[in-house]
Amino acid sequence: MRLADDERAMLDGEQGEAVAAAMDLLVRYGEVLGAERLVDTDNVCGANLFGSRHSLVCGSPSPDGAFSEHSLDAPRELPIPPVKAQSYQLIGPMDTKHWQVQGLPQAEHDEIMASEQYNAEHGIHLLNTCTPYQVGNVPLKGEHCAWMESSAVVYVNSVLGARTNVEGRESTGAAMLTGKIPYWGLHLDENRRGSHLVEVTTPVVSNRDWGLLGYWIGEQVPEEAIPVVDGISGTPDLVRLKHFGAAAASSGGVEMYHVPGITAEARTRAEALAGRTPVEHLRYGPAQRSEAYEHLNATASDTSVDLVMIGCPHATLGQIRDVVRLLEGRRVHADTELWVFTPRALRHVAEQNGYARALEDAGALLMSDTCPAIGQFLPKGTRVIATDSAKQVHYLPAIMNVQGWFGTLAECVDAAVTGTWRGEQP
Amino acid sequence: MSENVVLTGRGLVGGVAEGEALVTREAISGWGGVEPRKGRVIESRHELVGQSFAGKVLVFRGAKGSSGWSGMFHMSRLMGSAPAAMVFTTMNTKIALGVVVTHVPAITDLDGDPFQLIHTGDWVRVDADRGELTITRQGGDAAETARHRGLARGSMMDSDAAAQGRALAEELDP
Repeated sequence: MRLADDERAMLDGEQGEAVAAAMDLLVRYGEVLGAERLVDTDNVCGANLFGSRHSLVCGSPSPDGAFSEHSLDAPRELPIPPVKAQSYQLIGPMDTKHWQVQGLPQAEHDEIMASEQYNAEHGIHLLNTCTPYQVGNVPLKGEHCAWMESSAVVYVNSVLGARTNVEGRESTGAAMLTGKIPYWGLHLDENRRGSHLVEVTTPVVSNRDWGLLGYWIGEQVPEEAIPVVDGISGTPDLVRLKHFGAAAASSGGVEMYHVPGITAEARTRAEALAGRTPVEHLRYGPAQRSEAYEHLNATASDTSVDLVMIGCPHATLGQIRDVVRLLEGRRVHADTELWVFTPRALRHVAEQNGYARALEDAGALLMSDTCPAIGQFLPKGTRVIATDSAKQVHYLPAIMNVQGWFGTLAECVDAAVTGTWRGEQP
Repeated sequence: MSENVVLTGRGLVGGVAEGEALVTREAISGWGGVEPRKGRVIESRHELVGQSFAGKVLVFRGAKGSSGWSGMFHMSRLMGSAPAAMVFTTMNTKIALGVVVTHVPAITDLDGDPFQLIHTGDWVRVDADRGELTITRQGGDAAETARHRGLARGSMMDSDAAAQGRALAEELDP
């Protein structure tokens, strides 16, 4: 890989050992990719909140030690300087307000809070969400970014036209300290054109419809594919595309897609394909929708629901308000929990709007900063969960060994109120 | 005696390692798809679900799913359950960063289809410094070939090795 003078100087240790280790990681990584060079970035989203899970395995309780190992793959503990690039903390392991509901011991809470303080002192913005694009980090079209979080990556590439690959903890840690990332993959024009055409022949309107479509596409196309979704009538919204991208990035590895007339780099189908013939032509109709629905509900058989989870990716204010309205005049069942997850900043707004209080009055809970899959927590004794998120129902049963139902928001709230899953196949 | 097949490719992370192959044509999800303590695949509908790659030569399509891919394989290294080596066919950022932080020999762009040529249970040596992969077939085709060559004794040894390999695999799987 060809290094610019400033990059060579960083590698040679001109800005200290940690920056040199960061540059070394980027060089090793870039060479495996076959990247010719690095590119400047001033927009990095990573995940550097550490608890005992991380400190125990690297044998060091020091935050510098954890960052050196987990965020830089450095050979030993190094003093970490303040970050160079604009840097943002993604979703983490703990709700700083409701951590006791998660069942976290005091010591674990204290360790994660110390880690958060460490991040703040190093200049990492504490967005604490999987949806930074909801709360103050909305990259521009063409902006080179280095983001983790597959659902956020597919959103900003596709909907906003920003440029990022799916980065990992170590590459974003290194990008924070250097302001560099390999110039490869979706940073280059020629890799952003549509490759697979998906012709949609059944109406795709609701959040559930978009989740099912995304999950099916992710299962059908190879990881490197950029699907072009044609045949959508009407205009979806942020929530629908958030669910769609998250689903496609869970069942498969979709990092970018085009919806002609909707997404940033596809005014038309022709522009999305940029004159190329699609390598594959797929059709999505009622049979394909049923297949996706069955796959998403494959782990579930017991209709008695212990937890209803809303907010994967993190809920918008609109989704929170919808839950409040669906709960009006009803109460969450005594044997069931209803948890709604949102970014920390939006929880403050939801509190001011009275939504958080309304949820609590109905027996539900508004949480932030984390989710059950990331934080690996469930109400005690949980065997069955229900959610309106294809992504959460893909991951949670695997991670926590529970059954998972997938359906609409109304079906989920109904399950929370009755304690019973009564969802129906579309 | 056994039959050796040698493939060449692009070595990505240096070093030499060998072990029993664990082969899947599917991509693997890291975060939420593997459990790093024992190096087990946990994705509900994956063909390897419940199997451990710890100490094996993992032959697979590549990485899919969450951006926590590298973090999970990084963790498997720290917990002593990383694969001995990684052989894959499809490059992306998740697998690239993943092999870098796992610190085990890795190879791609082989001059033969690894899914045709390598079977679970084969003994595989990955020399990533030289970009070379050597397959020692256990039983199956190799035994058949050996018999045709009149090396009956050799084929019996192969079967013993395969049985030993299976016993080892069962021990590793909880």
